[in-house]
Amino acid sequence: MSASHLARPRPVRPRTEAEQRRRPDQRRWWTPWVYLAVPLVLLVAFTHVPAVSMFVYSLTDWDGLSPTRNFVGAGNYLDLFTRPKMLQVFVVSLFYLAGAAIQIVVALYFATILSFNTRFRNVFKGVLFFPYLINGVAIGFVFLYFFQPGGTLDTVVRLFGLEPHLWLGDPDLVNTSLAGVSVWRFMGLNMVLFLGAIQSIPPQLYEAASLDGANRWQQFRHIIVPGIKPIISLSAILAISGALSVFEIPFIMTGGSNNSETFVIQTIKLAFNFNKVGLASAAAVVLLAVVLLVTWVQRRLIPEERVELS
Amino acid sequence: MTAAHRRLSPSSGHGVLTVLKYASLLLASAVVVVPLLAIILTSLRTPGEMTTDPSPLSAPANWFNWENFQIAFAEGHLLRALGNTTFILFFSLLGTVFIGSMTAYAVDRFRFRGKKVVMTLFLVAALVPGVTTQVATYQVVNGLGVMNTLWAPVLLYMGTDIVSIYIFLQFIRSIPISLDEAARMDGARSLTVYWRIILPLLRPAIATVVIVKGVAIYNDFYIPFLYMPSEGLGTISTALFRFKGPFGAHWEVISAGAALVILPSLVVFLALQRFIYNGFAAGATK
Repeated sequence: MSASHLARPRPVRPRTEAEQRRRPDQRRWWTPWVYLAVPLVLLVAFTHVPAVSMFVYSLTDWDGLSPTRNFVGAGNYLDLFTRPKMLQVFVVSLFYLAGAAIQIVVALYFATILSFNTRFRNVFKGVLFFPYLINGVAIGFVFLYFFQPGGTLDTVVRLFGLEPHLWLGDPDLVNTSLAGVSVWRFMGLNMVLFLGAIQSIPPQLYEAASLDGANRWQQFRHIIVPGIKPIISLSAILAISGALSVFEIPFIMTGGSNNSETFVIQTIKLAFNFNKVGLASAAAVVLLAVVLLVTWVQRRLIPEERVELS
Repeated sequence: MTAAHRRLSPSSGHGVLTVLKYASLLLASAVVVVPLLAIILTSLRTPGEMTTDPSPLSAPANWFNWENFQIAFAEGHLLRALGNTTFILFFSLLGTVFIGSMTAYAVDRFRFRGKKVVMTLFLVAALVPGVTTQVATYQVVNGLGVMNTLWAPVLLYMGTDIVSIYIFLQFIRSIPISLDEAARMDGARSLTVYWRIILPLLRPAIATVVIVKGVAIYNDFYIPFLYMPSEGLGTISTALFRFKGPFGAHWEVISAGAALVILPSLVVFLALQRFIYNGFAAGATK
C-alpha cells in the first residue's frame, strides 16, 4: 500500500524537516477515526450484524415477530435439505447459469467485432448496452407483454412460420424464457467490459500478428482471448453467484409460480409470507456459504493483480 | 496492402464475413429494440384499438395520443414516486460520496493502529452479497425504527456500498501526497486538507460513483419493495410494480408507465454515454 510505504521511517539518518512535517496529524491518534466513525458504524450495522444474527436465527425456530424463540440446532438445515422444493430451486439456477454462459460467449463475439473497424460502431454498442440501464420492473413488464399469448414473440414466430408457445405458462419453458430475459438485460454490460479490455491490448500485437500472416480467428484465439482472460474469468465467477441469487426478473414476471421459483424468492417467501425466519435464515446461510465458496475459488484461480489490471 | 492497413480494415476482401458481421449486429439490435418498440407502440393506442386489433406491433391510429401517459402519471402515482426516488437518490448519493471519500482519506493518508482490522472489515463486507442477508437486515432496520420510511433505503444504500469506497480508494492513490504536505506547511488541519484539496481533486471519482450508484438506486426494486410497503412511499420501481393490479389487462396504460420509467434512463444514457461506459467498467471490475 502506497501510504504505509511512504510513511515508513528511515532509521539511518536523522529525520529531515520535511519528514517531520509529513504527518502532523499522527500525533493525534484519533484523527483517522473521526473520518471512519460513521462509515464503520453503518458498515457493521448493515453488513456484519445481519450476517452474524442471520446465523443465530438459523439455529432457532423464530417466526420474526414473537419475543421468544427456541434453539433447534441444525433442525432448520435438515428441514431445508429434505424439502422437495429445495432441489427445484437449484435446478432453476442451472437455467440462469446456462443463460450466463451464452451471454458471455455472445458478449465476447460482439466485443470482438466491435473492436475492429465497424460502421456505426457506437450506435451498435449503445443499442446493445442500453438494456443494462433499464429499470428491472420496466423490463419485467416489457417481457410480460412480449411473451404474452398472441404477444410480440408469438407474432414474430408466426412470421417465420413457427408455432406459438405459452412462453411463461409452460412449466418446461418458463425458466428458459426468464433466463433469456436475463441475457437480454446483462449481455451489454459484459460486452462493454470485454470491449474495454480488448482496447487496452497494445495494437502492435495485431500488426505483428498480421505480418506473420495470422487470420482473424488466430488473432482472436492467440491475442484477444489471452489478453482479456482475467475479465472473462471474473465474469464467469460473477455469473455463478449471479445465477444463484436471481430474484428480480422472475419475482416481477411470475412471482415464482409455475416452476420458476428461485432460491432468493423462496427465502423471501419463507421469511415474510410464512413467517419462518429461522428456516429462511438457514436458507440464506446456505446461499451465502455457496457464494463465499465460489468467491474463494475465484481468488485461488485468479491472482489479485491480474483482476485489477482490467 | 500494408500491415497497418489490414488492421484498420481487417474485413476488406472477406465479403461474406462482412455481411455476416453486419447481419449479426442488426439481428442483435432487433432483439433489443423489438420488445421495447412493442411497448412504445402500445402506449400510444386507445383501449378501443387494443380490442379491435390485439396485435402488439400494430401502429397507433393517432401518434400523439398521450391519454395513457396521463392515466399512468395520475392514477399510477408516478409523480409522487418520482419525488420519493429523487429524495432517496439525493440523500443516498450525498451520503455515499462523503462516506466513500472519508473512508478512502482515512485509510490512504493516515497511519494508525487498527488499519488492518478496518480494511478486513471492508473486505469481508465486500464478499457478502446483500441479497443473501436481507432476512436479518430487515430486523436491524426494524430495530432502528426507520422501517417504512424513506430513510430505510437511504441508510442501506449509503451504508453497504463497498464498490464506491474502492473507487475512491483507487483514485485517491493517484493524488500526490505532496499536495497534502504543501497545505500542511501552511498550517492546514486534516479537515481543511480533506475539504479543500482531496474532495475537489476526487471530482472524477465522484462523477463515476454518482452515475453508477445513481443508476443502481433508480432501478432498484428489492430494497424499496421490502422496506417501504406503504403505498405513499412508492419509488419509481415499486409504483410501476403496483400497476399490475389496478390496470390488470390494460396493457396500453402499463406500457405507458414502463415507457415513462425508461425515458429518464435513455436521456441520461444519451447525455452521459462516455461517463457511463467508463463508470461501469470501473465499478464492475472492482
